Amino acid sequence: MQKNKSLARLFVVPFGLWATIFIVLPLFFVLYSGLSDGAGHLTLANLSEIAAWEYAKSLLLSIGLALLSTAVCLALAYPLVLILRRVRYGRGAWIFVLFLLPLWMNSLLTTMAWQTILETHGVLNTLLTALGFSPVAWINTPAAIVIGMVYNFLPYMVLPLYVSVTRIDPSVIDAARDLGASFWQALRRVILPLSMPGIVSGCTMVFIPALTTFVISALLGGNKIMLIGNIIEQEFTAAYDWQIGSALSMVLMVFILLNLLLEVFSDSEGKGARQ
Amino acid sequence: MRKNTMFRRLFAVLLLLSALLLLPGCDMLAGNEEDADDADTLYLYNWGDYIDDAVIEQFEEETGIHVIKDEYDTNESMYPRVAEGAESYDVICPSDYMIDKMRQNGLLQPLDFEAMPNARAYIGQAYYKQSQAFDPDNAYSVPYCWGTVGILYNAKMVDEPVDSWTILWNPKYRGSILMQDSARDAMMVALRVLGYSMNTTDEGELKEARDLLIAEKPLVQAYGIDDIRDKLASGEAALGVIFSGEAIGLMEANPDLRFVPAPKEGTNVWIDSWVIPKNARHKENAEKFIDFLCRPDIAAKNFEFLGYSMPNTALEELVADDMDDGARAIAFPDESIFEGQETYRYLGEAMDKLYTRLWLQVKVE
Repeated sequence: MQKNKSLARLFVVPFGLWATIFIVLPLFFVLYSGLSDGAGHLTLANLSEIAAWEYAKSLLLSIGLALLSTAVCLALAYPLVLILRRVRYGRGAWIFVLFLLPLWMNSLLTTMAWQTILETHGVLNTLLTALGFSPVAWINTPAAIVIGMVYNFLPYMVLPLYVSVTRIDPSVIDAARDLGASFWQALRRVILPLSMPGIVSGCTMVFIPALTTFVISALLGGNKIMLIGNIIEQEFTAAYDWQIGSALSMVLMVFILLNLLLEVFSDSEGKGARQ
Repeated sequence: MRKNTMFRRLFAVLLLLSALLLLPGCDMLAGNEEDADDADTLYLYNWGDYIDDAVIEQFEEETGIHVIKDEYDTNESMYPRVAEGAESYDVICPSDYMIDKMRQNGLLQPLDFEAMPNARAYIGQAYYKQSQAFDPDNAYSVPYCWGTVGILYNAKMVDEPVDSWTILWNPKYRGSILMQDSARDAMMVALRVLGYSMNTTDEGELKEARDLLIAEKPLVQAYGIDDIRDKLASGEAALGVIFSGEAIGLMEANPDLRFVPAPKEGTNVWIDSWVIPKNARHKENAEKFIDFLCRPDIAAKNFEFLGYSMPNTALEELVADDMDDGARAIAFPDESIFEGQETYRYLGEAMDKLYTRLWLQVKVE
């Protein structure tokens, strides 16, 4: 008994070390520099900077674009998993693989590819002109950023949705149909509530990277559209103001925590629905 | 029993590893395997790809001094490593305003020009004079590369003569203008259009410049740094603000491109110079190295590798045969190009923050 316990403790050591050195210490460093001035005195001045128009505006814009991307991902992924629920093997597997494909490629490369597609003289506009339409200014607009986010983060929506929808017992849906529910009624009353945990965790997994990204917005927004991630990156690199950069990261962390809390609460509701 | 000792051993190894990771002397592991007190060593801290490696090898062969090279990609990332004394480098190559900052903060030591005859003989007086903006007594720095910030444009898309920054505010070119994504360089253009100094510390002038940049924003395709090059070369944009050293290569890649090195309102002349930090341990080796780089044949090698203008007066003759007239005019302009042109000075931390803040306001607008 005694031996087993100390053994178990030993297994914790590698992850404990990992977590301490690479997670806890850096977080502590961010907290410290966010809450102190350059000379090492504690202050809340950095945090209150978020109220400044230029920071607040980009935070709101980031939240808005992240919400929009999440909604688009959900709208694309949900019908897909409904189809995949029926054809799990064979053809279905191929569709599934196609949707996960972006995960296999470096996201920087895929985003640069989108840059080439959306450019003024890019692939898309060349195609449009050839078909007789007038070219559209895609690149360096919020729309281009949302397209990039959706492309990169869609797999994170598909995966949890797929898991939760395929887990629904088909007999529950059959029962609903037998009792006279139309397809839409069965979807709204049975499938949707039962897949709620998947929806919530999919939304969280898309919303958080979309909220914090700076690469997608830099490449597809031409640095003309500043998301909060871009500002944090700039504060750390170009401006070399780690205090403000850390404080902004802390504010961003609050929004991520809120999002995670939402997931925890809705997950318990989801379990309730299953019972 | 055996199992137990195995785990104990594993535990010991893990402890040891964690101790090593936390040791302040991580650099010993990172590859500075040479003895730090070795007299025949030189610690070089330079921009990435900013010197021909063959030149370093030749220096090592000729002098027997072993060069250990570290690289940085911005002045801002170089500064804290030197300021905090975490590393003791012997020779560094910062830009003008950063040299000013290091000098004002007492991080540099005066150079012994007696030990560097080539620096005296071959570096043109005009460059030392222009350096006085950041090194008033020419005591701390020897110029290495220099250039201007100008307008590169596509003659197929721009049919009027280009000689003024104001073309960047012409609505005709909406969506085809590229600006530098850097607070100082972007503000410089607007400040010169308004007739103010690019080293101004007047908040009212700076705010006017900010408003001018906000007015330009709807016409701008993108704010960029490296990507400006590709977009101009491929014809994705018509006009871009770019450094003279980059213009030469781009004009070779796309013959439709033309370069205006100094728009008539005036532009920034930047200079990257060699300096020796105060905590250098091999000052004499550093001076030998700087002097070596000022030798015309060595400057020619570096010029062919880098393509940036260099202040070496014997250089043009050595490399001119390989260049066409257009490139030659950009790389070796008449010294009159310096007349009335400013070089960035360090304006203090508060001003740095103000510039950054105003630039951010342009970008979120």
